[in-house]
Amino acid sequence: MAKEVSPGVLALRKVVDDVHADAREAKKAGKLVGWSSSKFPCELAEAFDLNVMYPENQAAGIAANRDGEIMCQAAEDLGFDNDICGYARISLAYAAGKRAARKFDPETLEYIIDPNSGKPLKDADGKVVIDETTGKPKKDPKTQQPYTVLVDIHEIEAMPDGPLKDKYWESIKPYRQMRIPQPDFVLCCNNICNCMTKWYENIARMCNIPLIMIDIPYNNTVEVADSNVKYVRAQFDNAIHEMEKLTGKKFDNAKFEQACANANRTASAWLRVCDYLQYKPAPYSGFDLFNHMADIVTARGKVAAAEAFELLEKDLKKAIEEGTTTTPFPEQYRVMFEGIPCWPKLPALFKPLKEHGVNVTAVVYAPAFGFVYDDLDGMARAYYKAPNSVCIEQGVAWREGICRDNKVDGVLVHYNRSCKPWSGYMAEMQRRFTKDLGVPCAGFDGDQADPRNFNEAQYTTRVQGLVEAMEANKK
Amino acid sequence: MSIFTMGIDVGSTASKCVIIKDGKDIVAKSLVAVGTGTSGPARAIAEVLENAGMTREEMDFVLATGYGRNSLDGLADLQMSELSCHARGAAFLFPEVRTVIDIGGQDVKVIEIENGQMRNFVMNDKCAAGTGRFLDVMARVLEVNVEDLGALGDQSTREIGISSTCTVFAESEVISQLAVGTDKCDIINGIHKSVAGRVSGLCNRVGVRDLVVMTGGVAQNRGIVKALREQLGHEIHTSPLTQYNGALGAALFAYQKALKQQQ
Repeated sequence: MAKEVSPGVLALRKVVDDVHADAREAKKAGKLVGWSSSKFPCELAEAFDLNVMYPENQAAGIAANRDGEIMCQAAEDLGFDNDICGYARISLAYAAGKRAARKFDPETLEYIIDPNSGKPLKDADGKVVIDETTGKPKKDPKTQQPYTVLVDIHEIEAMPDGPLKDKYWESIKPYRQMRIPQPDFVLCCNNICNCMTKWYENIARMCNIPLIMIDIPYNNTVEVADSNVKYVRAQFDNAIHEMEKLTGKKFDNAKFEQACANANRTASAWLRVCDYLQYKPAPYSGFDLFNHMADIVTARGKVAAAEAFELLEKDLKKAIEEGTTTTPFPEQYRVMFEGIPCWPKLPALFKPLKEHGVNVTAVVYAPAFGFVYDDLDGMARAYYKAPNSVCIEQGVAWREGICRDNKVDGVLVHYNRSCKPWSGYMAEMQRRFTKDLGVPCAGFDGDQADPRNFNEAQYTTRVQGLVEAMEANKK
Repeated sequence: MSIFTMGIDVGSTASKCVIIKDGKDIVAKSLVAVGTGTSGPARAIAEVLENAGMTREEMDFVLATGYGRNSLDGLADLQMSELSCHARGAAFLFPEVRTVIDIGGQDVKVIEIENGQMRNFVMNDKCAAGTGRFLDVMARVLEVNVEDLGALGDQSTREIGISSTCTVFAESEVISQLAVGTDKCDIINGIHKSVAGRVSGLCNRVGVRDLVVMTGGVAQNRGIVKALREQLGHEIHTSPLTQYNGALGAALFAYQKALKQQQ
C-alpha cells in the first residue's frame, strides 16, 4: 500500500515544484534566472522578483537520484580535483553543460535498458520471483531503467535539427534537478562554506555571467561584533546596487519588507516543526527534516512556503494527538545525526538504523535555517551565523542544546569527505558530546554526493557498535 | 548440565572460533588465515568443533562477530559488532581493563570500557594506514614474513622515520630506503613507529585509561606494542589469546544469551 502523504508535505512539494516550474518558464520567456548559494539573503532577490535556483539542493537531488558519480566524474574530467566538495563538482559539471541522460540507440531512437537496474519482481503473494536459469531474483521490467550516459548540451545545440537532436534533448533525465535552466547570474554568500567562493567564481567565468558576492568571515566569537555587522550591511547595500544594474529596476522596499516578513514567518514555522522531534516517540524522523531542506532553502522568502510549513505543523500536532509517526519501526534509541546525509546511499544509511530501532531525532539544520530577525542589522547578524561560519563554542552549544531538548541516547557523526570545514572540528565535538552529555558517539566516513567515498560494511559496524554502546549506557 | 557456546569472528583476513563451557572455560579454538568471502569461516567452524569433539547441534548458542558476521547463512544464532566482542573478551582476560586497542586486518578500534562494558569507541577512517593490511604490504615489500616483523624490528640499531601515513606513499618511502641500502630492521622499526603514531592519535581521542589491553593479530608484534607503549606512556597488556579475543567475546555473549533462553 502506498504510504500516505500528509497535506503539509504535499503542500511543501508543490511549493518547490512551482519554484522550479516558474524558473523554467521564466527562462523560456527570456527573463533572467540566477543560481544562489543556500544561505544568500533570498530577501534581496525576492525584492527584485528574480527567479532563483539553488545548486546545493540541486546537487543533493542529483546525488539522491544516483547521478552524483557520473556528474562528479564529469567535473574531474574538466580538471576539478576529486578532493573538492561533491556538490561543487556536480554543480560545476552542470554549469559546463554536462547532463546525465538515458542511453538510446541512435538508429532506432529506442532506449537501451540496463539489465541490472530495477527492483525484484514479486508474485501475487509478495514473494520475490527467482529466475530458474540463473537462480537469482528476476527484475520487474516496469522498474527497469536505461543505462545512464553523460551528454553535453552545447554539443546537442550544435547538432542539425531533426529527430536525433530532439531525442538527445528528451534523453536528459527528466527529474527537475537535471532540468534546471542555465544561470544568467550567480548570487554567492560564503557563510555556508568557503569552497563556495571559488565554486561560484568558476561558474561566473565558465558562463560569462555576473557574480554578486557577500563575504562572511569566520566568526571566532559567539557574539557577532558590531564592526562585522557593518561589514556585511555594506555588502548588502552593494548587492542591492548590483541587482539594480542587473535588472534595470529600482530596489522595491515594500517587496523587500514583504519577503523579510515571509522569511521570518517560514523560519518560525520551521523551528516549530523541528521542535516536534522532542516528543517521545517522535512523530517523524530527522530524515524527514532532511527532505524538507529543499523547501526551506528554495522558498523561505515566499508566503506559500510559510503557509505550507504551518500546515505541516498542524499535521504533526494531529500525529501527536493520534499517536502516529512516519517512522516505520518502533523507536528504541534516539540519536543526533551530525552532518549532511550521504544522499546517494540513503537506503544503506537507513537500513541498520531501522534494523536496530534507531530514530534520528536531532539534526543541526534546525538552527541553521531557523533564524528570525527584526531589521537589516539583525538580518546581517543572522546571516553571519551558519554552521560553518561560527566558532566551535557556538557549534557545540547549538548541538548540545538540540541533543538535550530532543533527548538523544547517542550521536552518529558523518565525516563527510565533501565538507572539510564541517568534518574538521567533529573529532573535538564528539569528545565534548561524550563528556558533556554522557552519550556515546560513533563516526563514519562518507560523502554527501560522491558514492565512491562511502563503505556500507564499515558504516553498518559503526552503527551496530553505537547501538551496543547506547544499550550499555542505559543499564 | 553444562552450557556450551561458540563465538565466531569472521575478520577481513582471518576466521577465528572459540567454544567455551559455562561462560568460563575455553574448550577449543581454531584459526584459519583467510576471512570473509572465502572458505575460511566454514573451515574454522569445522575445525573448532572437531577440536572440541562436538557437533553444531550441541552448541547452546552461536554468536558471530567481525566484518563477515552477516555472511554465515544461518550458522549463527545472532550477530554482534566486533567492538562489543573485543571489549567483552578483553574484560574476561583482564578484568581491570579500561582501554582496548584492537588492530585488525582493515580497521583499528579504540574502545573505552567501564565495568567490563563498552561505553564509547573510535575507529579509523576508511584509510588503511595503521591497520594490519598496512603491515602486510610493508612485509611484502621487505620480503619478510609479517609474523617476523616484531623480532626483526627488535634488532634495529638506528632510528629512521617513515613519515608517510598513506600506505601507498609509505610503500614508496620504504622502497627508497631499501634503494639507499638502509638496514631492513631499521626500516621495520620505523614502520612500527609510524603505525603506533597513527593508532595513538585515535587512542587520545577516546582518552587512555589504565589498564590498556591490545587485542587482534597485530598485538603479537612486539615492535608495535613497544612503540605504542612509548608513544602513549602507558603499559600495554597482551594475551597469548589475543587473536582469539573477538571470538572469545562472542562466545561469552553467546553464553549470556543461552542463559536467557533457558530462563
